[in-house]
Parts: sequence; structure tokens; C-alpha cells
Amino acid sequence: MDKIWTITKRELSSFFDSLIAYIMIVLFLGFSGFFTWISGSDIFMSGQASLRPFFSIAYWTLFFFIPALTMRLLAEENKTGTIEMLLTKPVTDRQVIIGKYLATLILIAIALALTFPYVITVSKIGNIDGGAVFCGYLALLLISAAYAGIGLFTSSITNNQIVAFLSALFIGLFFHIIFQIISAGMKGLAGQILNTLSMTVHFDSLSRGVVDLKDIVYFASIAFLGLFLTEVSLAKRNAYN
Amino acid sequence: MDIVVENLTKKYGNQKAVDNISMKVATGEIVGFLGPNGAGKTTTMKIITCYIAADEGDVFIGGKSVRDNPVELKKYIGYLPENNPLYYEMPVIDYLEFCARLHGIEKSRVPNRVVDMIRITGLNSEKHKKIGELSKGFRQRVGLAQAMIHDPKILILDEPTSGLDPNQIVEIRKLIRDLGREKTVILSTHILPEVEATCDRIFIINKGRLVADGTAETLRKKAQGTDIVRVRIEDGNTDEIYKSLKNLKSVSMVEFADRNLNRFDVHCKSEEVKREIFSLCVGNNWVLTEMTPFETKLEDVFRELTMN
Repeated sequence: MDKIWTITKRELSSFFDSLIAYIMIVLFLGFSGFFTWISGSDIFMSGQASLRPFFSIAYWTLFFFIPALTMRLLAEENKTGTIEMLLTKPVTDRQVIIGKYLATLILIAIALALTFPYVITVSKIGNIDGGAVFCGYLALLLISAAYAGIGLFTSSITNNQIVAFLSALFIGLFFHIIFQIISAGMKGLAGQILNTLSMTVHFDSLSRGVVDLKDIVYFASIAFLGLFLTEVSLAKRNAYN
Repeated sequence: MDIVVENLTKKYGNQKAVDNISMKVATGEIVGFLGPNGAGKTTTMKIITCYIAADEGDVFIGGKSVRDNPVELKKYIGYLPENNPLYYEMPVIDYLEFCARLHGIEKSRVPNRVVDMIRITGLNSEKHKKIGELSKGFRQRVGLAQAMIHDPKILILDEPTSGLDPNQIVEIRKLIRDLGREKTVILSTHILPEVEATCDRIFIINKGRLVADGTAETLRKKAQGTDIVRVRIEDGNTDEIYKSLKNLKSVSMVEFADRNLNRFDVHCKSEEVKREIFSLCVGNNWVLTEMTPFETKLEDVFRELTMN
């Protein structure tokens, strides 16, 4: 645990030292703030004291920003060779992976925490549903966990950050919209399976305030699968390189 | 701690990078690893440091297999990988603290260890800079500091002096020798005088196979067969000198090194030869102006063993 935390701390300070963290937070708050408060179907259009517009916008901004955070985590180490230095220290592959993963989640949590003024503002306007707000944030954290898992995996298979970024977006796109679109035109079991695989379906039900174990298991399994594949991909150095 | 490598084999695709290598390194020994590029030095080191796993065979460190106890054994090893990869965006101090923590050094002892290593490796003036801002020589020192921060019993250094200027090479070599006392050290290099200067024993590998194992002296002797003395004798008839040298008891063969200057390479059977040559010259009133034991250079040994 101590070693995981050491790695997490290094990754976090590297996020902040390289300005990635600040850029990510500013862009995230800028985008989601702009579309929540100023433009499009913003909060004032709905006529309700609800944060749902913010959640559905953050759902999209996180989809783009998380791969940008995770792309360098392992790809850069592969490129510069520091992965060899890191893995010959007395740590396991798993500790390295979890340490990096945690750093990403903490940074996202910080970005999300900075949107609390939105909650305060809306609660001053009208009667806000505290449970729904909690569930909304929980849903955002859970999709972040899932996308960070995918992002970490694509970062581990290459030494090129752009490749890592684009493949994370590519894989993410299926969960984000493609499964849902296809399933809409299909009937029967296949349609149902695709519908279950769609992230949007689970996100919508959770952010509406319905906590279902099924949804949580869904997000957790994507995250877990991502981390598991990352470990497999790191272990591949034993077979080929 | 000793290192025992047993029948190590590692394939990359169809190519055998390491082919059935076995060797033993005793506790406290400094061992040089020689070989042309692509001979398998780095791969062997990567296996010893538990970075990659061997296809066949095993490495035992202090009697424990690297296959079964990688995390435990990695605590005893300090490793400087080839090309010295470092986090360029980190300041020197932060980086060393990070490494110390990963090695499980207690939090309260970390600052002391870091200060010690900075002092020993002479990084004091650079300690607040980011690693990316340092010159190559200083980066190499950071790499060494990182490898030795936990005072490991075993040091594995993959080309520690590559790309440095001659002054830096001398400094780093001295550092290795000072810090490597009481440690088991394996270092790989292309610079042959370096091995002679720092190592107790030499392993030469070629195409994944171990082709020689011994001290610099024994390797040289083996390559050369007999001792050779180069002499220059003046004030005499060349052919006459040649004949008399040949007739000496302890001489097995005489070659002309330079006929015009009366220089000869005398292959000899025993140490007596120098005295005999001297008496011969005195007896004939010849003047002996040169007599040097002729050594095969390690370069020649290396070339002979690794060229096909």
C-alpha cells in the first residue's frame, strides 16, 4: 500500500508539474460551465432546480479528457525506458498499475469537486434533490473509473501517446454511443446485450437517482477489465521483449 | 550475496539472445561483462534484475531463485539500466526520494539517505535542478545514486560510462570502485581498459554464449600461449645474433620484429630467458638497448574470441 501511494504521489505531482492537471481542470470547468450555464439547453431552460444538464455535459467532457490524462501514464515510460527502472525496484506490476490508476482518479475527483459551486448555486435557485445530485456525481466518478481503466490499458500497449489517446477514444466510443445506437435498431437477445453494454443506459439510470447494484457492477467490471488487461500487457515483456 | 546463473536461455522470436549461459559471481567480486553489441549482455542483466523472465534456466541470488522471489530479491539489487532512463521532469532530490521510498526505506531515514547519496555522487550543486536540465555526466551520477540509494548488496551496471567524456569516465569509474567495495558488482562495457582497471574477473559473451571466463591476465595468457620478450641488440651481425638467440636453452622460437633495427620477438619457455639474453650480450660485447615483456592486449583477446 505504501508503495502504491508512493507511485500515486509521483504521478499526481507529475500531472501538476507538467501543467496537464491545470489545463485539464480549466478546460473541464470551462467546457462544462459554458454549456451548463450559458449555451444550449442550459440549466435555465429546464425550469427546474436540477443539475441534470451539467451531468450530461460532464459525461461528454470526461469522455474526451480522461484519455488525455491516461495516455502518457505508461506510453511515456515505455518510450523513455523508465518502465525498466521502475519495475526493477521492489514493486510488483500490479502496484505500479494501481498507483497510476489511483492518481488519475484522484485528479478527476479534484476536478469534479471544483464543480460544487454549481450545486450551491442551483440549491439557492430552488429546491434541489440532494439524492439525485449525489447519484449524479457518483455516476460521473464511476464512468471516470471505467474510462481510466480503458485509457491505462491503451497506454500500456504502445509507446506513442497519440496512439494511446486515439485507441482509448476508439474503444470508449463503442461504450459511449455506438452500442446504444446499434441496439436501438435491434430486437431480441443481441439487442438486449448491446443495450446492457452501453454506458449511456447505465449512466442515465444512475444519474436520475436510481442506485442499482447492476449499474455499479457494470462500471466496476469495465474498470477491472481495463486494469487486468494492462497487467497482461505489461507481463508480455517476458514473452517477446 | 552471490549470484549463480544456471543454463540461462532467452529467445526473442527465433533468435536466441542468451544461449545456455552459466556463471558464478562470488560475494564481493567485481565482474566485467564484455561482448559485442547484441551479444546478450543486456538481456542477461535484465533477467538477473528480475525485469524479464528467462525461457529456460534460472538465476539464484543468495541461493534464492529470481523466478519465485522477485520482489524480495529486487530489494538487494541496485540497477543502472542501459541508456540510464530517468524522469526528466523531476528534480534530482524528488527523484531520489521517490526511489528511496520505492525501495522501502523508512520515511524518517529517507532525507538522510538522499543527502548522503547526493554528497557521495557529487550532485550537491545540481540537486534542485530538474534531471532534464543536467548534463550527461550528472545524469549518470543520478542514475548511480538511484541504484545505490538503498545500499544494495548487489550492483548491476549496464554500460555505466557510455557517452561520457574521458574525465567523466575516470570519475565515474572511481565512484564505482569506491562504492562497489564490499558489494557484488556486475558491469558491462565496451571499454576494455575499464574492465582491466575495475574488475576482478571478466566474462566475455558472444552471440548469447559464454566464450571466456577469467581474470584479464589468464585470458591474455590463454590467447598468447607462451611468454614473449621483445629485445633489441645492437653492435652485432643480425644473422649471428638471430642464431645465438635461437640456441639459448629457454628459447623456443625467435622472430624478427624489425630486421633493420635488430629487433627480435623471443618466445620463451621459462623466466630464465632474460638472464640468458643478458649474458649472451655481455659475452659477445653486444649492446642490449631494449628488453620488454610483450603483452597481448585485451583488445586482441576480445577480437579473437568474438570475431568469426
